[in-house]
Amino acid sequence: MMSQVELYTFCAVILLGMGMTGLILNQHIIRKIIALNIMGIGIFMLLISTAGVHSGAIDPVPHAMVLTGIVVAVAGSALALNLAARLKDMTEQADD
Amino acid sequence: MTEVLPVEGFNFGPILIAQQPFSALPWVVMLPLIAALLCFTLYNIKAQRVISLLLGIGQMLLTVWLASIIAEDAASSVVHQLGGWPAPLGIVLTLNGFSALLLVMAAVIGFAITVYSCRYFTSSEQERKFWPLFWLLLVALNGIFISSDIFNLYVMLEILGLSAVSLVAIQAQRGALQAALQYLLVGLCGSLLYLFGVALLYRTYGVLDINLLSKVVIAEPVSQLALTVITLGLLLKTALFPLHFWLPSAHSNAPAPVSAALSGLVIKGSFYLLFVFWFKILSPAATFAGATFLGVLGAIAIVWGSVKAFNTPRLKLVVAYSTVAQLGYLFVLFPLFFGRPDLAMGAVAYFIVAHACAKAAMFMAAGSIQKAAGHDDIARMSGIASKMPLSIFIFAIAGASLIGLPPTGGFIAKWLMLTSAIESQQWWWVLVMLAGGLLAAAYLFRILNLAFTSGQDVPSEPLKNGPRERLWGPLILVTITIFIGFNAMWVLELLNAGTGVFALQPTDGLMTELANGSVNTAPSKEGL
Repeated sequence: MMSQVELYTFCAVILLGMGMTGLILNQHIIRKIIALNIMGIGIFMLLISTAGVHSGAIDPVPHAMVLTGIVVAVAGSALALNLAARLKDMTEQADD
Repeated sequence: MTEVLPVEGFNFGPILIAQQPFSALPWVVMLPLIAALLCFTLYNIKAQRVISLLLGIGQMLLTVWLASIIAEDAASSVVHQLGGWPAPLGIVLTLNGFSALLLVMAAVIGFAITVYSCRYFTSSEQERKFWPLFWLLLVALNGIFISSDIFNLYVMLEILGLSAVSLVAIQAQRGALQAALQYLLVGLCGSLLYLFGVALLYRTYGVLDINLLSKVVIAEPVSQLALTVITLGLLLKTALFPLHFWLPSAHSNAPAPVSAALSGLVIKGSFYLLFVFWFKILSPAATFAGATFLGVLGAIAIVWGSVKAFNTPRLKLVVAYSTVAQLGYLFVLFPLFFGRPDLAMGAVAYFIVAHACAKAAMFMAAGSIQKAAGHDDIARMSGIASKMPLSIFIFAIAGASLIGLPPTGGFIAKWLMLTSAIESQQWWWVLVMLAGGLLAAAYLFRILNLAFTSGQDVPSEPLKNGPRERLWGPLILVTITIFIGFNAMWVLELLNAGTGVFALQPTDGLMTELANGSVNTAPSKEGL
């Protein structure tokens, strides 16, 4: 029987692998951005599972790290989407 | 064969815990942050320029003052605990000789770019966006050099990446946006891999502080996996061959001041982190085989980057590919740390500084040529030296430093590298270094040759926008390039004081070895 920590770690590694594969294999820019987010979520999950590694008290530091990580991921995704949208506008203008 | 000794990790010397909290250290990050916020809120170009120039000077004074404290004090590092919280929980800022040197470098090159940028932009819209982003870039860079919390370093790495991408994108053209988007995706992937490594380390050892971590890390599969992922992530950001694919387009499509900052400074930020992870934090997990692998990749990068630089038709692309090649040298030095870490350390630091000055100056000169001519097509540049003598002069001096000709900083860097390779008994790297110099000469003389000959068959084109050579910024850097070519001691002493790696002054070290007969020949050492 898998413990909770092991289950979380297992899922985290799978998510990370899925994200990386998606990032490398997909051509479409939106898919690439989503793949990056999945990769990020995998790492956040790994950090959350770390909080329970030591039995007894739960370590709060990984939570703080994940919170910070989410903020950074939002900023990165926003910038990427903005650039992608501007590129799309430009391509459409060039086609007209 | 080389006898390979395990690296013990750099002893950055005894840590000096100041009686009173050392309050100047956080200002290294605060000062550029204030500048960024002021530039962002004041939407006036004149005010932005004045603030940038003043705070740029302030930043130089601050970093030089900090460096002088490090250089004077034999007790090596300065520590500041943010908010008074000690290490396992709080974030600690540490300043040692190497980081002090890099801080001064970033401040001086940042100031040179500031001076240049005041006269560079023709679109005021672009310039308004440039200033706050440029200062944010310096915030992140300074943060990377002084922070000693690996998660805090992740945040700084992201700020560095995001501001660099935004700077590439301020030129709202299609090529620039595409390059910026690719740069962003690569950068995000790189920093996520880094974060993965951080998560692994925290899970295993339960600490994030560099100094605490370096004491508990042992060579085991987890730490080696963490080192591998972190190295992979940072190599993506540092653009070592074959992960350099994004660099030429990003660096050549950006406006010239941005290219100068990217090639001179941003790359060095992620390289510094990589260096600290290999030789301080995770040094027990670092292997000679891994370092040799990086060295081989570096050697390929030198050849590949130079060949591409020789064949490319655009001036800024040549300079960008030259960055790919020059970065190779830094990785060639990795295996040498397993022989004579003291010599390799000096070579790395010297090369970083020399390359940053030369490359930033070169990009700025190329930018002003591109601006005046209206294009950066090398084939149409014949005879440009007579119209823009100053730009070509700066380009040539910076080029001499990249090739490694005396009396420039690049010569000393090459000299230190060659000494380090021979002393580590890994002579084969010498071949790569010498070949790299010749290749660099080939692609740079190709441009200079054209610039000085007025083509008979092709009439030289008139300059579109007239020669506008406002080059005080790159002139400062070129002067420094020559200055550090004559005054190597100054840089090396700072390192010496700060890291405790150099036994004493490096010439003394060499002298004792000469006396012991361990150095077989002594080619001229005027440079030292």
